[in-house]
Amino acid sequence: MSKAIKIKKGADIKLIGEADKTISAATRSTVFALKPDDFFGTIPKLSVKEGAEVKAGSPLFYDKSRERVKFSSPVSGEVVEVMRGAKRKILAVKVLADSETRYEAFTPWTGGSDRDALVDTMLAMGLWPFVKQRPYGVIANSEDTPRDIFVSFYNSAPLAPEAAFLLESEKENVQLALDALNLLTSGDVHIGVKKGDSFFDSLTGVKKHSIQGPHPAGNVGVLIHHVSPINKGEIVWTVNGMDLAIIGRSLKAGQFKAERTIALVGSEVEKPQFYTTMIGATMDSIVGGKLKGSNNRIISGDPLTGAAVDTKGHPGFYSSQVTVLPEGDHKKFFLTEGWLAPGFNSFSLSKAYPSWLNPGKKYRLDTNLNGEERAFVVTGELEKVFPFDIYPMQLIKSIMVNDIDAMEKLGIYEVLPEDFALCEFACTSKVNIQQVVENGLADMRKEFES
Amino acid sequence: MKVVENLLGKVRPAFEKGGKLEKLYPMYDALETFAFVPDHTTKRGAHIRDSIDMKRTMFLVIVALIPALLFGIYNTGYQHFLALQQEATFMEMVLFGLWKTVPLIIVSYGVGLGVEFIFCIIKGHAINEGFLVSGMLIPLIMPMDVPLWMVAIATAFAVLIAKEVFGGTGMNILNVALTARAFLFFAYPTKMSGNKVWVSTEGGTAVDGFTGETLLAQAIENGANFYDTTGAYYASVSDSFMASFLGFIPGSIGETSTLAILIGAAILLWTGVASWRIMLSALIGGAVMGLIFNILGPQVSPDNLYLQVPWWHQLVMGGFMFGIVFMATDPVTAAQTFRGKVIYGFSIGILGILIRVVNPAYPEGIMLAILFMNVMAPTIDHYVVQGNINKRLKRLKTA
Repeated sequence: MSKAIKIKKGADIKLIGEADKTISAATRSTVFALKPDDFFGTIPKLSVKEGAEVKAGSPLFYDKSRERVKFSSPVSGEVVEVMRGAKRKILAVKVLADSETRYEAFTPWTGGSDRDALVDTMLAMGLWPFVKQRPYGVIANSEDTPRDIFVSFYNSAPLAPEAAFLLESEKENVQLALDALNLLTSGDVHIGVKKGDSFFDSLTGVKKHSIQGPHPAGNVGVLIHHVSPINKGEIVWTVNGMDLAIIGRSLKAGQFKAERTIALVGSEVEKPQFYTTMIGATMDSIVGGKLKGSNNRIISGDPLTGAAVDTKGHPGFYSSQVTVLPEGDHKKFFLTEGWLAPGFNSFSLSKAYPSWLNPGKKYRLDTNLNGEERAFVVTGELEKVFPFDIYPMQLIKSIMVNDIDAMEKLGIYEVLPEDFALCEFACTSKVNIQQVVENGLADMRKEFES
Repeated sequence: MKVVENLLGKVRPAFEKGGKLEKLYPMYDALETFAFVPDHTTKRGAHIRDSIDMKRTMFLVIVALIPALLFGIYNTGYQHFLALQQEATFMEMVLFGLWKTVPLIIVSYGVGLGVEFIFCIIKGHAINEGFLVSGMLIPLIMPMDVPLWMVAIATAFAVLIAKEVFGGTGMNILNVALTARAFLFFAYPTKMSGNKVWVSTEGGTAVDGFTGETLLAQAIENGANFYDTTGAYYASVSDSFMASFLGFIPGSIGETSTLAILIGAAILLWTGVASWRIMLSALIGGAVMGLIFNILGPQVSPDNLYLQVPWWHQLVMGGFMFGIVFMATDPVTAAQTFRGKVIYGFSIGILGILIRVVNPAYPEGIMLAILFMNVMAPTIDHYVVQGNINKRLKRLKTA
């Protein structure tokens, strides 16, 4: 069953540095790490001490409030460091990898109708963190039964890799993972596919929706909103399309197989292309020796929602993209590069800069804020890039004044920070909107969940 | 530019924490960020940001005001020499206009920015760009002969009472420039209305038959039977329409030329800085009200000739166009939702013409209409947003 969704509001930001369709192996990383900060709303408790021996699939830490949710080591080896920050907060758990990966053995799942067994396997293996819940964007509660499960195979973010290319050799694993998801929900599994992408046609047991339009059309939040929006009290789950490959592969083998293909993209990458690596590898193993300058912003994820990571750090748990952009930490003279310049190399969604003259042009954008934070003055610009039947400005203001009741009424359950990424990009007043939304979701969750 | 950067870097320590001029940091900051977009980078969220910022936006509004300003300067001189019936070259007219206009602009900016700077220094805020536009709007909606001290008081009043007490840029309820004008209109009516203030007859005596009345004042007595500054009647309504459209009529400095305002409107709409919903719906609102008067006027009150001024002529008279293009579209004081903007604009159009025609004591109805709708805008938005909320609640019930 297929349904077409056409998105009009939004924008595609065209950047230099799209990936060539070639896949190479990344340098083998010696140290692997899991970062609790990748898991919004999780309070980590260590399962291992420094010096412990772990196998791939052995838990490194678990969630304090839901002890069954475990975060597993992607490789076998020795736990060499538990990195801590202020107030002894756990920042990363690092594992020095063996040269040959030894796997913890779990019962494989290749089908069947025993939901509890599937949930147990996924929890034990460390696959559960791939399943997220809306509202709030936290890891799903295994005791809930979601209304529906949504998966988007359309990566519409700037420079994002094409799902069909990443999953080319993984179709069987994806199908197995979708079968598993079907068992988890009492409703349907909905998948979103870019219009014209036939790669996913053969997937069965799912409701397929073809999506057309500019970013954020591919966001799973947009898919949910247009298929069946979340009402108060409802829970739906989501899984990244790319992560289905890991889920399917691991379920089939009964081993946590954390390999993933990532796209290394951006204007500061010598030769943008795809690399196979594993969850938790060092950033250096992916970008080392492949960048142009030295003053770069390395982003795990896409340029609108990703996290800045230095070369000693590690890409995020969910990330299939590493984007490298030039840092914008220099002053721009107002007549030559700044606010009074003609600005032929500046990109703007408004027509205040001449970028509209040349819609096909690709830009080398840096990380300069291009202005300073101001009070909200301009209206109407957020609505143009926000394809939800929600008033973005009013919702953001209600979060800023911490009005829980208003947030609920204005539809906060239906959104995540990533859905506001383009609003944040477009905002003339340079308000950090995604941060605001994240705070709002955290407040809501505190209010309604213990 | 390296020189400027070094110079700014050299004096910077004095303004930083612990420096001698620490308290004046907002002033330094305003100057530095004027010259250079700062080296601030994104820390969280979207790593790349749109090139647009508040300075660019405000600058574009100033650009859009330039045609109206230039024509206003010229027309000030033109009306002056017309009233005195003196031969004058184009340059002489422009020079006279500049002599009248430039002091107003200087006073408006000087006083307004001064108040703003003081507030930012007290509160330790960065200086917002909003007044760059207000400071240009204020002189454009003044008669050219208004005393400078009045402009100074009005500007200070507007910035203080209309803006800063509400929390500064982005928080104000009333349009700042219009508040300045309304203040003068009610505090010093003799300098803001009547037939003495719209044409400068300084340094000479006006010719016989001279009348400095605006079309708004003429329409009360004569309907659409308009005459120009020398008292000569226009041959036809389309002649007076043309004069009015092009702007060769008495009035506030920037408001007379509909053509110049439309050029500005085109800039605002094309760059997306101003809302087309507001402008269009206000235009339609004004036309509808004018049309209603045209149809009902002859039957209800045949003696009131103002009712019979053709609706298309109403639109180019007085400050109507200037108001709906530059004042009603102020995003801070207008409605914020798309639907709200349509209601807000339409109401401004209706009220603007209604007030001007029905109550001749307030010829500049558009000013009052916009200020009134400024106050109503949050209420309109409230109901529009409530509609969205109800939709969500309904979905919950049926689910």
